[in-house]
Amino acid sequence: MTPILELKGITKRFPGVLANDHIDLTLNKGEILALLGENGAGKSTLMNILYGLYQPDEGEIFINGEKVTINSPTDAIHQGIGMVHQHFMLIPVFTVTENVMLGNESVKKLGFLDRAAAAKRIREISDQFNLAVDPDNYIRDIPVGVQQRVEIIKLLYRDAEILIFDEPTAVLTPQEADELFKIMHLLVEEGKSIIFITHKLREVLDISDRVMVIRRGAVVGEVLPENADQNSLAAMMVGREVDLEVEKIESHPGKVVLSIENLTVVDKFDEIQVENVSLEVREGEIVGVAGVQGNGQSELVYALTGLLKHQSGKISMLGQSIDKFTPRQITELGSAHIPEDRQLDGLVLPFSVAENLVLCTYYQEPFSKGVILQFPVIMENAKKLIENFDIRTPSAVTPVGSLSGGNQQKVIIARELSRPIKFLVASQPTRGLDVGSIEYIHKRLVEKRDEGAGVLLVSPELDEVMKLSDRIAVMFRGELIAVVENKGISKETIGLLMAGIVPDEISPADSSTVAETTL
Amino acid sequence: MTEDKKDPGVVFLKEINEPEEKPKKSFLGKAGIPLLSIFTGLVIGAILIAATSSTVWTAFGQGFGKGLAEAWREIITAYKALFTGSLGDPARMIRSLSSGDAVEIRRAFNPILESLVQSTPYIFAGLAVALGFRSGLFNIGVEGQLFIGAAAATYVGYAIKGLPVYIHMPLAFLAGAAGGAIWGFIPGFLKAKTGGHEVINTIMMNWIAFRLTEWLLSGPMTRPGSGGLPLSPMIEDSAKIPQFFASPIRFHLGFFIALIVAFLVWWLLFKTTWGMNLRTVGTNPRAAKYAGLDTGKSIMLAMTLSGALAGMAGAVQVLAVNHSMALGLSSGYGFDSIALALIGNNHPLGVVLSSLLFGTLRNGATRMMVVSSIPIDIVDVIQAIILMLVAAPAIIRSIYRLRKPKQEEPQVFLSGWGGQS
Repeated sequence: MTPILELKGITKRFPGVLANDHIDLTLNKGEILALLGENGAGKSTLMNILYGLYQPDEGEIFINGEKVTINSPTDAIHQGIGMVHQHFMLIPVFTVTENVMLGNESVKKLGFLDRAAAAKRIREISDQFNLAVDPDNYIRDIPVGVQQRVEIIKLLYRDAEILIFDEPTAVLTPQEADELFKIMHLLVEEGKSIIFITHKLREVLDISDRVMVIRRGAVVGEVLPENADQNSLAAMMVGREVDLEVEKIESHPGKVVLSIENLTVVDKFDEIQVENVSLEVREGEIVGVAGVQGNGQSELVYALTGLLKHQSGKISMLGQSIDKFTPRQITELGSAHIPEDRQLDGLVLPFSVAENLVLCTYYQEPFSKGVILQFPVIMENAKKLIENFDIRTPSAVTPVGSLSGGNQQKVIIARELSRPIKFLVASQPTRGLDVGSIEYIHKRLVEKRDEGAGVLLVSPELDEVMKLSDRIAVMFRGELIAVVENKGISKETIGLLMAGIVPDEISPADSSTVAETTL
Repeated sequence: MTEDKKDPGVVFLKEINEPEEKPKKSFLGKAGIPLLSIFTGLVIGAILIAATSSTVWTAFGQGFGKGLAEAWREIITAYKALFTGSLGDPARMIRSLSSGDAVEIRRAFNPILESLVQSTPYIFAGLAVALGFRSGLFNIGVEGQLFIGAAAATYVGYAIKGLPVYIHMPLAFLAGAAGGAIWGFIPGFLKAKTGGHEVINTIMMNWIAFRLTEWLLSGPMTRPGSGGLPLSPMIEDSAKIPQFFASPIRFHLGFFIALIVAFLVWWLLFKTTWGMNLRTVGTNPRAAKYAGLDTGKSIMLAMTLSGALAGMAGAVQVLAVNHSMALGLSSGYGFDSIALALIGNNHPLGVVLSSLLFGTLRNGATRMMVVSSIPIDIVDVIQAIILMLVAAPAIIRSIYRLRKPKQEEPQVFLSGWGGQS
C-alpha cells in the first residue's frame, strides 16, 4: 500500500546549522506516528517544511505517491495537511462557528455569512468524532481542552487527512490529555493519519503505533512502542543513558524554615484564591504541592515571595514573620524563588547572561561598590556559574533571550541556587524542558535538599511531584485538602485528591496535617 | 516546550541558536538602518524639491530632457546650500586657513559651529527621552519640562546679582535642571502611586507648563518696560554660559556640557546599580518585581532624571544663546527629541549623533531657504520621512533587500505602553 505521506531526504540548512539532515519519514494511512526529540532537535523545522512555512533545501515530499511542492500553509491545507498548534490560533470573542469558518467562510447570496450551514457541519463533525463541541459557544467561555478540540474541528472542516499535533498535551490536565488520546484513536479509526510531536516519553508509549526519534536534525532510529521503554527512548533522544529515576537518600528534616498558618490570599479581582492554608516546610525536605493548574498554587507562591499581600493568616520564614516584607527583604532573609514563567518573570531576555545572573544581588557587595557596578566581578561570577551549572552559552555577554529554554532555566537555577539559601520555592521548575535538562534540574533540587535547605516544589506535573517530594500537599480550589508522606502512596490516590475527592485510605491520622475541608 | 512555537520565526531562532550563537552585530549592522533611512529621506526630499519647483515644471513643459536637467540643477542647488549652510564650504575653509586671517577663518567655520549650537538643546532633550524609554517610560512631556527648566534658569539668571561667574552660571544651569526635574517627577509620582499613565499625564503637564510660563513671563517675571509682552529680563553676565568667539559666532561651552552629560547618562545607565535598576524595570517590569526591585521608585527616579535633562535643554538655550526667555524659546525640541531618541536607539551615543544630524539639517535649512526658493518646511518633511523609516525598519529592509536581523529588534520604547507599574 502506498503510504499517505512520504518525505525523502529532507534537508534544511540555516546559517551555520544543519536543522534537518536528509530526513526520511513515512506515514501510513490510519496510523499515529510519534516524532520524538529534544527541543531544537529539528522536529519543528521538519513540520514547518511540511506545513509550507519553510522550503527544504533538498528532498522531496510525496502525498499518496504523488510528488508535491508545498509553498504555503494554504497549499498544505489544500493537500489535506492540517496542524494543531501548541498555542491555539483562536479568537476568544468569536464563537466556535465563527472561528472554524474563518478563512473558509460559507456564504449565502449577496455575500452574507451562512453561520447555520457551518454550525450544522461542525455539529456533524463533532458527533462523528465524539468531540462534544457546541458551535454556538464563545471561545473565551470554554476550557482549554475543548478549545483544542475546536482546533481539531477546524482541520476536519477543511477535510484534512493528515493531522499534525504539536505538543498537544502541554496545556492539558492529565484527564484532558486522556480525553485527547481517545479522540486521536477515534480519528485514526476513521481513516485519518496523525503525526504526534512530543518529548513526553510516557505519552509516546501509550498511544503511538510507531516512534521516530530525531536528534540534532537527523533520524536516529525508529522503534515500535512495544519494543521500547522510557529509558531506551530517552537514551535515543539524548544520545546517552539518562537517569529517569532521581536517586534520593532518606530525608532528615530539621528545623522548620517555613510555616504558614491559616493563610488566605485574594487576587486583584478580589476573588479568594488561597483559603485557610496551613503548611510547614522543614530543613532538608522537599514538600511538593500537587494540583491541577489554577487551584491557587500560583497565588500561594506569590504570597510566600512577597509579590502579593495576603488577606489574613501568618507566614514566617526562618523564624521571622514576613507578613509585611517586600520581595527583596524575603530574598535577603536567605530564600530563593524559581518563578513559573522563566521568560516573563525570571529573566530579562535582552540582558546578558552575566547581568541576569546578578539580577537579585547586583546592588550588593562585591557586585557593586556604592552605586558603581563592578563588571569584572560580575563577569567572574558569570564565568564560574556558567561552568558550575553547565550553562551552554557562547559567552557571558550573550543576551539570555538567544539561549535555548533549558539553558535559560539553568541561568535562573544558577542564580537562585548559588546563593547561600535556607529555603527555596520552585514553581514548575522544569516546565517545557527536555529530558536532559529535567534530569539535571531534579538532581540540583535534591542536592539542595541534602545540603539542608527546605524546598517547596509546586508543579502540575504529578510525576515530578511524586518523584522528588518527601511530602505531598494537594491543593484543590484554593484549599489544601491533604498533606501526605510520599511513601507507598499511589498515583491514583493523589489523582483523586487533585480532583477534590478524599479517598478513605487517607484518614486524618495518616497525614501530618489535614486542613478542614468543605467536601 | 510551552515557550516554543510562538511563531515560525521564534522556532527558527530557537533551533538555530542551540547551541551556536549568532555572529556579533557589526557597527554597520547597528547603524545601517538609520544611515539608509537618512539617505532615503534625502532622496525622497530631492524628489519633492524637484516636484514642488515651478521652474522645473516650466522646463518640463519645454521638453523632457530640459525638465530633468532643471530638476537636477534645482536639487543640487538646494542640497549644496543645505550642506554649505550647515557644514561650511570646504573650499572657503581651506582658503581661509591658508590666508591665516583669523576673522576669515572664523567666518568660514561658522556654519559648522552654528550646527553644533543648534544640536546642543537636541542632545539634552534627546537624552531625556532616551533615558525615559530605557526605563520603560514614554516621556512626551519633555517640551513642558524644558519650558519650566528655562523659566527657573532665567529667574536665577536675572534675579540673583553679584555672584561670581563660576557660581552663578552653574547655579542657574542646575536651577533649570531642578525645574525640569520637578515637572518630570509629578507624572512619575502619579504613575508609581496611582498607575496614571505617563503619556497622558506628561501631555497634560505640557499644557500647564506652557500657560504657566506665559503667565510668568507676562506677569511676575516680565521685563520692565516691555509693556506686558511675555518676555523676561536679560540675565546677568555672570549667569551666561560663555561663547568662545566674538559675535555673531554663537558656539558656546554648553555643547561640551551636553557631551559630558551624555557620557554621564551612559555611565549611569550601564555602569551603576541605579541604571541597572532603571533598565531592568524598563525592559521587564515583571522580572524586576520578582527579583525584588522597587518598580515604583524606579519610575519616579526615571521621570525625575528625564525631566532634569529636559530642563537642562531649556536652561542651555537661555543661558548660552538667548540670554533671556521668550515664548518662542523652543522650536519643538521636546517633540523632535522623541524622534531623535528613536533614531539613536535610545543610546546616549546614538542620541548625540542623531542630534548632530538634526541640528545640522535645521541649520542648513535656513541657508537653503535663502539661497534657493525652497521652503524651510522641506527639511521638516525630510526629518519626518527619516523618522518614519527608522520607526518601521521593515520599509528600509524591503527597499534595500536587507535580511531580517536574527534577533528581535530592540523595542524598549514599547514597554511604556504596557501600563505596568
